[in-house]
Amino acid sequence: MSETSTAAASAGATGGPMWTADEMMTIAAARALRDGAVCFVGIGLPSTAANLARRTHAPRLVLVYESGTLGAKPDHLPLSIGDGILADTADAVISVPEVFNYWLQPGRVDVGFLGAAQLDRYANINTTVIGGDYRNPEVRLPGAGGAPEIAASSREVIVVVRQSRRTFVERVQFRTSVGYGSGPGDRERLGLRGKGPTTVITDLGVLEPDPRTCELTLTALHPGATVEQARAATGWQLAVAPQLRRTPAPTDEELATLRRLESTKGRTAS
Amino acid sequence: MAEIVTLRQAIADLVRDGDTVAMEGFTHLIPFAAGHEIIRQRRRDLTLVRMTPDVIYDQLIGAGCARRLVFSWGGNPGVGSLHRFRDAVEHGWPVPLELEEHSHAGMANRYVAGASGLPFAVLRGYLGTDLTDHVRPITCPFTGEALTAVPALRPDVTVIHAQRADRSGNIQMWGITGVQKEAVLAARRVLVTVEEIVDELADRPGAVVLPSWVLTYVCAVPGGAHPSYAQGYSSRDNDYYVAWDAISRDRDRFNAWMAEHVLAAAA
Repeated sequence: MSETSTAAASAGATGGPMWTADEMMTIAAARALRDGAVCFVGIGLPSTAANLARRTHAPRLVLVYESGTLGAKPDHLPLSIGDGILADTADAVISVPEVFNYWLQPGRVDVGFLGAAQLDRYANINTTVIGGDYRNPEVRLPGAGGAPEIAASSREVIVVVRQSRRTFVERVQFRTSVGYGSGPGDRERLGLRGKGPTTVITDLGVLEPDPRTCELTLTALHPGATVEQARAATGWQLAVAPQLRRTPAPTDEELATLRRLESTKGRTAS
Repeated sequence: MAEIVTLRQAIADLVRDGDTVAMEGFTHLIPFAAGHEIIRQRRRDLTLVRMTPDVIYDQLIGAGCARRLVFSWGGNPGVGSLHRFRDAVEHGWPVPLELEEHSHAGMANRYVAGASGLPFAVLRGYLGTDLTDHVRPITCPFTGEALTAVPALRPDVTVIHAQRADRSGNIQMWGITGVQKEAVLAARRVLVTVEEIVDELADRPGAVVLPSWVLTYVCAVPGGAHPSYAQGYSSRDNDYYVAWDAISRDRDRFNAWMAEHVLAAAA
């Protein structure tokens, strides 16, 4: 809680507009989606960001949910990936085997949008277990879902995750989805066709893989966040890009649209 | 030909202790009422198969019906953890739960193989992950590409919920139909609960129809997908899913809730 609110608190302290670190993260994620892209959307923050993008700069963004709703245009935020509003507004509703075999696997998805419970310096993702061992974990997480194949076959992957030492670890305990494996060349050796995670958006800033080493490197900071904060929230020696960018603050329109959207989450259609 | 019977009779006849049971429905059309009847009839040692265990399997696991879970994503969609599932895995309560986990793509293809009468299916998946205990690498005989083989799923029983059936037991479902067709065709015995039984199945755009002769039993169970939903009949009860988080966190509260809402209810 403390680390997610730091950035917002300092922004507020300077007398600027108030927003939370989560709002900044969601808005930054929405901005990363180009208009017209085909986006495979997971529930939670990715779904919020994709729906925000569709209401701001990317009205032609194509939303694909793993429930089989292609081109869904929900008028409120769904609670689950299978809320009725997604099927009602989709261009097509297809079976789950089709989603993965005909649409994701051949490379028809431009952007896969994932969250993570743990993420390592090569952007590998763990959403399976934390602590203990696999058979006797301290925390049993939901598991893979669609993520391993989304990470493998989307043309590129955007990861959205709050940054903390618990989450940003040297090496994931369980590799649920592959980022850059053990480093350069691993994706090619494994036969993974997509580019892998190109952007990791957190509540503090943005990390991108170094083109040479594939190691996640801090390339942008959100308003109010500092390099020291980002380093303190990272479980490895975080590299910082020489030309560190500053994320533009949320616009009034982005904030208003996001808040309106959040207020509709999980609303049951009448 | 499917017989139209009561839910109590269908579960009594079709689901046996130790069976492998798949109850499918991807967020939509989840056969909750049938799951509750399995709990009331106190089945034990089941291998439960389902892509997204959801609240329905949280209830079956917490009630002690399952020995093993075959799945790909075990959460409360949009809410958080499945606490009964976690308690079983983390603390063995009320009984230990073995896990066999896959990705969604893997599970979907395992049903496709089962429905196709093939021993395995092939996909680009799992490569480089730690999810490979139950799959095998396979080389394409034409191109030499490294791919993954996943074993066919052949449930003893598949249970699904559909919008409607006709009096001959043909069933029709629409909206998000997930992996239900494949799960039905992969199974040895099949139970379909439906919102209503009608004289004639009128055409619906995009509907999936499964003929009576691939099903075993059909039961009229209006509202049988609640708190999931049946498009055209009901909406997803999102408040129930949100409320389940607190109910399921505590063993005593869970037991009391189940006693009142499931065990005391008649089929």
